[in-house]
Formats: sequence, C-alpha cells, structure tokens
Amino acid sequence: MKLAYRDALRQALIDAMREDPDIFAIGEEVGRYGGAYGVTKGLIEEFGAERLVDTPISEPAIVGAAVGAAMAGMRPVAELMYVDFVGMTMDQLCNQAAKIRYMFGGQIGVPMVLRTQGGIGRSAGAQHSQSLEAYVMHTPGLRLAMPGTVYDAYHLLRQALKQPDPVVFIEHKGLYAMSEEVDLSVPPPEWGKAVVRREGRDIVMVTYSRQIHYAMQAAEELAAEGIEATVIDLRTLNPLDFDTIRAAVEPIGKAMVISEAAMTAGVAAELAARITEECFDFLEDPVVRVAGEDIPISVSVELEKGSVPGPALVAQTARELVA
Amino acid sequence: MNKDSPVGLQSNTNLLSYYREMQRIRTFEDRVGELYLRGESAGSMLHLSIGEESAAVGFCNAMTDGDTFTTHHRGHGIFLARGADPNRMMAEIGGKEDGYCRGKGGSMQIADMGLGHLGANAIVGGGIPAVVGAALVAKRRGNGKISVAFFGDGAMQQGILYESMNMAALWDLPVVFVCINNQWGMGTRIDQATKATKLHERAAAFGLNAETVNGLDVMDVIAAADRIVEGARAGTPGFLAVDCFRFYGHGRKDKSPYRTEEEETVGRQKDPVKFAREALIAQGHDEAELDALDKEITEEMDATIDFTIASPEPALDTMFQDVYAPGQPVPEPVRSRIERVLARE
Repeated sequence: MKLAYRDALRQALIDAMREDPDIFAIGEEVGRYGGAYGVTKGLIEEFGAERLVDTPISEPAIVGAAVGAAMAGMRPVAELMYVDFVGMTMDQLCNQAAKIRYMFGGQIGVPMVLRTQGGIGRSAGAQHSQSLEAYVMHTPGLRLAMPGTVYDAYHLLRQALKQPDPVVFIEHKGLYAMSEEVDLSVPPPEWGKAVVRREGRDIVMVTYSRQIHYAMQAAEELAAEGIEATVIDLRTLNPLDFDTIRAAVEPIGKAMVISEAAMTAGVAAELAARITEECFDFLEDPVVRVAGEDIPISVSVELEKGSVPGPALVAQTARELVA
Repeated sequence: MNKDSPVGLQSNTNLLSYYREMQRIRTFEDRVGELYLRGESAGSMLHLSIGEESAAVGFCNAMTDGDTFTTHHRGHGIFLARGADPNRMMAEIGGKEDGYCRGKGGSMQIADMGLGHLGANAIVGGGIPAVVGAALVAKRRGNGKISVAFFGDGAMQQGILYESMNMAALWDLPVVFVCINNQWGMGTRIDQATKATKLHERAAAFGLNAETVNGLDVMDVIAAADRIVEGARAGTPGFLAVDCFRFYGHGRKDKSPYRTEEEETVGRQKDPVKFAREALIAQGHDEAELDALDKEITEEMDATIDFTIASPEPALDTMFQDVYAPGQPVPEPVRSRIERVLARE
C-alpha cells in the first residue's frame, strides 16, 4: 500500500499504544492539536487525554517527567517539537536519562522514547532546521534512530518502543509528506542493523535519514554514466552497524559519508574516522565527508538549500572519487 | 533558642525515636567526613547535611512504603531517614562494590529502587522533574503514592523547578517539593541569590499548598509535613521550605571563609539534634539513657567505616556494564579497539 512517512509514524504509535497500555505520549500539542506536524493527529480520540498528555511549553520538564515516568514503570513517548530545542533539555536527556542505569549500578533503566524532528526543507530558519544527531550520538547511554523511509518510520518506532534504554528518535521534517509503496507486514531487520539500499562495485555511500534519497538519486544518475554505487542506510546511529559498512568498503576501497549535519565533529566525521581506522589497508582514497556546511541555516530558500548536500554534490563527489 | 511549637514536644512520645534518627544522620555525616579526610572516600566532593536533620527525619516521617523521591547533592540524611542501610551507603560513597550502586554513583548519585529512591543528583535541580513523571504514574495507577523532590535553596533559582511545579499543579499530581533551606548555595547566601526570600510564596503562586517551617523543632516539621502530604495524597501538590542552617562548609574541606564566625555561631544555635535532646531531658529522660543511645549509634556508624574499607573495589570489567541493559549491544572498549585496528598485516 502507499503510505506517507507521517502516517506510518502515526500508525506505529497507534499499534504500539493498543498493544501496550503503559505507552503514553507527552509533549507540546501532542493531544488536542495533534502534533505540530500532524503525527499524533486524531490519537486523542482513541486514547484520551491521559495517554496524549498536552504540556505547557516546558521542554526540560517534559523530558524530565518522561524520565521519572519511565523509572516508575511506564513507557513515555516524549515529544520535542524540533530537535533544535534539545539544548533546552540537555541536562534531563544527557545527565539524567542517559546515565541513570549506569550511575545507579544497573538497578533501573529509562525505557523512554524522545520523538523529535530535524533537518532543513521548510525555510524554518537557524533555530528550527538543524541536524543535531551528533549531540545524541556523543552521549553514551542514549540510542539513536533516524528513519529515512516510510517502512523504517513505522518499524523503527515500533522497535524503539520496545527498547529497555532511552531512544532518541529523530524524524526528518522534509519527509513527513513523502509517500512510498510499503508492505508493513514484512518483518523488519533486527534493531541496530543497517540496510544496503543499493549494491554497486565502484563506491560506497554511507548515510541515513533524508540523505538516503539524495544518495539513491545520485546513484541512479551515476549508473547511467556507468558508475555503480553501494548505498548503506544506517537507520540507527546507536547501535551503529559497522560490520555492514566494513563488508561493503573492504572490497571496493572507496567510501564517502553523507550527512545533512554540520561537518565538523559531526556524525560524518566519526564515521569517516572509523572507516579510515578499520578499513585502512583497503582504502584507495581518503574517506570523504559530504556534509552540511559549518554555518547556521538561513531562512532564504536558496541559502538553506545550499547549506546541506544535495544529489548533485553527492554525485559529483562520487565521480571524482571513482575517476 | 526560643521556639513557638504548635505541636508541643512534651506531649509527644515519639520524640525519642526522632532524636535517634537525627542523631544517626549526624553521626553518619561525621563518619563519612572522617572517611573522606582519611582518603578512603572515592568522590572528590562530599556535602554534609549536619544541621538539616530535622528536615530529613521530619518530612520522611510522613512518607510510606511505595512513595518515591529524589534528592539533591546533600541527601545522605534523607536516604537514611527513608531506611537506607548505612553500611551500603558508606560503601557507595567510598566507591566500593558493596555500595548501593556498586561504586558507580557515590555520594551524589546514590539510589535504591527498593526504597523508592529514584536518585540523588549532582545537578542542582536535576532530580526535580522526575517526581512529576513518577507522580503521573502514581496518579494513573491510583495507588495512593506520592513522589517527593528534595532540594536545597540553591535550586530555588533554577527554572526547572518552576516548570515542574506548574505541571504538578496543572495536573493535580501527588507531588511534594521540599526545599531544605540551609541559607547557603555554596558560598552565596540566600539573600545574595534572590530578593524573593519567602520561598513558599513562589509555590503558592502556582497553586500548591505551600508552607515554610522552622527546622529547629523536628515536631514542627513533622506537623507541617503531615499537612502537606495529606494534601498531596488527595491530589493537591505541596511545597515545604524547611528553614535550617548549614553548619559547615559547602564541601567537607570548605572552611567557609565567605561567612563570619558570628554568623556561624548564631546559625548553629538552630540545632535540631540539641533541641530534641533538651526536650527529651525536659520530658524526664536522663542524660545517661541518651548517652547510651548515642553510644549505640556511634558503634553502628563506626562499623560502616570498617565495612567500607573491607569492601572490595569493583572489578575493572564492571566499567562496561550497565551503560545499556543486559544483552544489548555494547561499545567496544577503546583499548581492545586500538589493538584490533593496529593488528594489520
């Protein structure tokens, strides 16, 4: 069936909430309004205000309350309307949620999901367009999922809602309206496993979230020129499935990492470093980062678009690496 | 020091047990300070609650099994008053295997799910919003339990407190916010941190049952806690500020150069342990009886030091345990990673 990314997320919440009475959503506008991007639209009619808890605009306390509720035995889905607001919640997320199991000697975990969304695409400006996954990936104790497809939007969220540890689940605002033909009844890959979206002999593209689509688009374009790319969708950044990356890079010897986030000290930097360390003897070229510029995002549509990689930059980089 | 107790110590037969609990806290704090100075304590920071015993014992008296709580960085007394085993506490502060958190938490990150202790916190105000979530669950389950956040006057200037109080009031949650106002946030006196020193007024503005009580007499704290907790169990969240004085420095080694000797002398007159002892004498208990009780406590707390020193260090490989749940993917240790990466042909 044809399904939109947004609707797949909503369906995942509905199915999970029907199955597990301890799951509840908590955040700004999740109930009556139905979510800023419509993901929780209509849920309040089935599940009531007790399970779609509308909150005041208090991001730190939303995350903090979710931590307490998780410790008390429920499974909250806290929603942060934009990942840009994560700075407000850094203490509750990184000092509390991430460390509680460890600090307390394994006595208790914090099985919560923090749903949020990031990325460019809506001319939303410097404070509503960032890709801040590195903040999360840099904090031990947090799992991190970033679905790039409709199928993964559904299944990664279902899997996130079964994890024993806190999961930050970053959707992409540019994908909500994207529809794909999917069969949700196909069992998903194991949590934490990457998926090879396309196999090719000439270069490996490692990416996640919306950049999957740009990589695939570039790969199709390159195929017409006789360059065949492997495209790896990481799906989760923690756990990180490096085995899949290694298996693809070793026989080819050329790799690029594609990420929308600012390049310096970002996820792409970490992945490039790992590939270089682990696959050094197999590499023919430097592992190139195709990442966001180290600048804030503008409201101007043109400047916004120019701030992150697009299919053309991906394709051009691949051409040069393969040449 | 004069006081005006609405309850009246003379009539109360439980005072001896409250005195005992307060004396246990004071003696524990004394011993943990000793452990620290001897270099047997793992943490580089140690915050003692001497002078604040009535807040811990007085408030915890209103709590029952199944109630949950979080504390601040000066929370040893509260945990003891909720029934903590002083041996396991001392061992945790010493960073030892037999500690409550197997040596990973220490003084400021100690917790025990069995006793409802959702965790001490080294971030000022960091543990406050968790009680909102825990109370949301208690309310949903209709189990009659409350969740209590204990913190110091320093946290009164943290925004998270107001977000949390607002939510607790908005949702009629069984929550109590307990501010142990020892007058000092590290080296900054309360009046140097805020103009609004009538702390409970802030909570009242959010719609909480809010009071300030003098911590000199534990019976006053008990009476106030009973009122506030009764309201919370019925769905009106509460706030209680307990006025007391931090007898010593911010940390064990802090000699408090930022306050005068006179200030300390006057402050230490607000001594809830001494006050209770004098009241017990006035009730007809004799010095010898109380001395015997003190001696018993001294022996109990002395033993915690021996227990801690005898407890093993955690095994090095436990370092990688409990980052994630058992059986979940774990990070590769850096040392083995380096070895693997460099083992090239």
